[in-house]
Amino acid sequence: MTDVALPRSRSLDLTSDAARARIRARYRAEARFKLYGLVAIGLTAAFLAVVLADIVIKGAPAFIQHELVMDVTVDPDAFDKPGSTDPDVVRAGDYQRMVREALRARFPDVTERARRRKLDGLLSSGAADVLRERVVANPALIGQTVTVPVLLSDDADLYYKGGSTAIDQRPGRGTAVPSGTSGEITIASTANDFAAELAAFRDTLSVRARELRTEAARLRQHVGRSEARRRELEQAQRTPALEAELASVSGEIESLSARAQELEGEANALQARFDRTGGDEPLDDTVPSLLVALNKGVVRVTNLSGNEVAGTVLIPLESAAEAAPGTWRILTYETAEANRRVSDQEVAWLERLREDGVSRAAFNWSFFTSGDSREAELAGIRGALVGSALTLLVTLVICLPLGVGAAIYLEEFAPKNRVTELIEVNINNLAAVPSIVFGLLGLAVFLNFFALPRSAPLVGGLVLALLVLPTIIIASRAALKAVPPSIKEAALGIGASQQQAIFHHVLPLAMPGIMTGTIIGMAHALGETAPLLMIGMVAFIVETPLSITDAATVLPVQIYLWSDLPEIAFRAKTAAAIMVLLVFLFVMNGAAIVLRKRFERRW
Amino acid sequence: MDSMVQTPAIATPAAGPEPATKVVARKVNVYYGEKHALHDVDLDVCERSVTALIGPSGCGKSTFLRCLNRMNDTIPIARVTGTITIDGQDIYDPALDVVQLRARVGMVFQKPNPFPKSIFENVAYGPRIHGMARSKAHLEEIVVTSLQKAGLYDEVKDRLGDPGTSLSGGQQQRLCIARAIAVSPEVILMDEPCSALDPIATAKIEELMDELRENFTIIIVTHSMQQAARVSQRTAFFHLGYLVEDGPTETIFTNPKDRRTLDYITGRFG
Repeated sequence: MTDVALPRSRSLDLTSDAARARIRARYRAEARFKLYGLVAIGLTAAFLAVVLADIVIKGAPAFIQHELVMDVTVDPDAFDKPGSTDPDVVRAGDYQRMVREALRARFPDVTERARRRKLDGLLSSGAADVLRERVVANPALIGQTVTVPVLLSDDADLYYKGGSTAIDQRPGRGTAVPSGTSGEITIASTANDFAAELAAFRDTLSVRARELRTEAARLRQHVGRSEARRRELEQAQRTPALEAELASVSGEIESLSARAQELEGEANALQARFDRTGGDEPLDDTVPSLLVALNKGVVRVTNLSGNEVAGTVLIPLESAAEAAPGTWRILTYETAEANRRVSDQEVAWLERLREDGVSRAAFNWSFFTSGDSREAELAGIRGALVGSALTLLVTLVICLPLGVGAAIYLEEFAPKNRVTELIEVNINNLAAVPSIVFGLLGLAVFLNFFALPRSAPLVGGLVLALLVLPTIIIASRAALKAVPPSIKEAALGIGASQQQAIFHHVLPLAMPGIMTGTIIGMAHALGETAPLLMIGMVAFIVETPLSITDAATVLPVQIYLWSDLPEIAFRAKTAAAIMVLLVFLFVMNGAAIVLRKRFERRW
Repeated sequence: MDSMVQTPAIATPAAGPEPATKVVARKVNVYYGEKHALHDVDLDVCERSVTALIGPSGCGKSTFLRCLNRMNDTIPIARVTGTITIDGQDIYDPALDVVQLRARVGMVFQKPNPFPKSIFENVAYGPRIHGMARSKAHLEEIVVTSLQKAGLYDEVKDRLGDPGTSLSGGQQQRLCIARAIAVSPEVILMDEPCSALDPIATAKIEELMDELRENFTIIIVTHSMQQAARVSQRTAFFHLGYLVEDGPTETIFTNPKDRRTLDYITGRFG
């Protein structure tokens, strides 16, 4: 009944060339868009996979530790009051001595002080802990012999994990004739067994000579450039700055030239040795070690010639009898002794222990049950885990009521004026503040002004609460806003007060969103390091904290501290701690997803 | 003056002496910020009857309805002037507790909005917060009675623990009515209660209204003139924020005084 003329309807143009081209272009655009999305996800997944793989590969060794299973005699003389069953006396016994005795019993040839100390050094300083616990639990064991696992030091452990050197071995072709069973002996071989080693050794000399020459050439080049610079400076106007530079350049030229000359000399000497044929070569600790294993003993070669070697006995031979072909071996330790942390003697001992079946790998439960330690093999994350848990507890207890309360107030009760707007804007700003600023705030206010205990979970929790509060407020507000207003109206309609309507109806429906926001905030707080460093949680804490005012550390800080330490074993520990932290985070985020799904309600 | 519209049977007013006035509105104006939504509304509502508010969309009938239980208070920019009294008591008196008012004046909304709790909890919530039940047994009694009065009990009596949202649309609306009457209000406001329901559910609710008016004063806003004609004893016609005409339903639909009313009921606009 209107007067407006409707446009004549056009049929859809689907078949003309222009239409087809348009359709094709659209499909292409959609395919391109999908491709971008796939590439983005693919790259992200690839990065994530690489990072995770790297961490897992680095960290997995930390979960294995090597120990020796030995028969240890619990010597009654090792206690202050022999025969006493007082728990304190039993605990204070010299268990480390008992364990050392057990190890020495396996290598009775070790008598001098220096060698003894090396042998003892294979054991961890906490090697006797398991024994101690067993005897304390059962004092009747005093005087008996018990079979206990004994922890190895971190260097020995690392050796067993294959971190120190590769060992190459081949059987001897001729008959080996030793000249003795201990001390310095010679071993002759009927076939030219050692010729290959000699040749290989001389090759390494040549390679080394070449390296030295290259280095020397590089230095000479640098000297050349410095000399050019000196000539330049000599011709320029002399000023004090110029004089200083001139002096330094001249000094540099001198020292570099001297060094280059030194290297060249060394290279020439090595070359000369290489060029020799026949004769013998002394071996030192800068080249791969050569050893001979025969008659159940091990000899370290100190002088090498084609058919005879001279060496130091590391493990005594059973006898000086001849060894038939094939019953003895020549071993090469690929990494030179100077470049590894375990000496040839220690490697020989460890290999012997492995061959005898005394050493074994076990799962490293103590990683989770012990606190931090300067000894790499004894360090664990228990203290950090408990510290993290306590800190997060404090954070939760503070954040949740404050955050949800603030969100409810802002959403429901606050008058809509400029002041409220200002508060809202600043809450969003707070969420963007760098976390270290909160650390500085905590330092100034909580530690200096309120004089709270330094490095305690209480202070850490307070600082993290400040960090997480804006997140929780924003998430809670969003959750409250998402509740349909019809529910609140219905409640008001039957005479509920504003407060009743909110707490009985709106809040329960907003709970999933609030919980999700809280868990995400907590997960964020778990991984925060910078603010906690500021408030002093960077100390070396050994005992597990028992309350929120004890000194403590948290997982990310522990990771940071360990990553700084020089021992190689700590690298694996750092990665392992990172793995634990990641698992913690994944579990928390998983919980957030599960909770959200479970409590999602239809309205 | 023809009525081009076939009006079905009109509800008969309750027999007996002239019913007393329950709600009196005088010179009620409502402003939403700068917008003047309602102009000088004067209306009397009789007790124990159904009064229908009709009119085209946006004419202010829902706004007026929401004034009667002060639900407009929840809208910050809304401002109400004039007097509204219930049983002679000014409901905009600052000394009056609005929570108590809303217990006396119940409301049923356009889209059924049961709480996401069990059916029992839905009905029990009101009596519980107003402390109306002396014991658990008494509370159960109130719930059962309310569900019966709302005509829902037989359908849900063995599943009172089920969530209120698991019911069909019509059942949900009856649940909301049960919830409203559980707190024993004197006045029930219904804002287009059947607009989201199918005809059968609508019929059930209209039947319910007829039963309820024996004990409650009902004011219903409706888009459907047929519904107004069916259920109400008095009708008020709103247009563009003005109360144009009000009177007995029969008169409004057969012999309206105002031209605009006639145009509306004959379908010329609206």
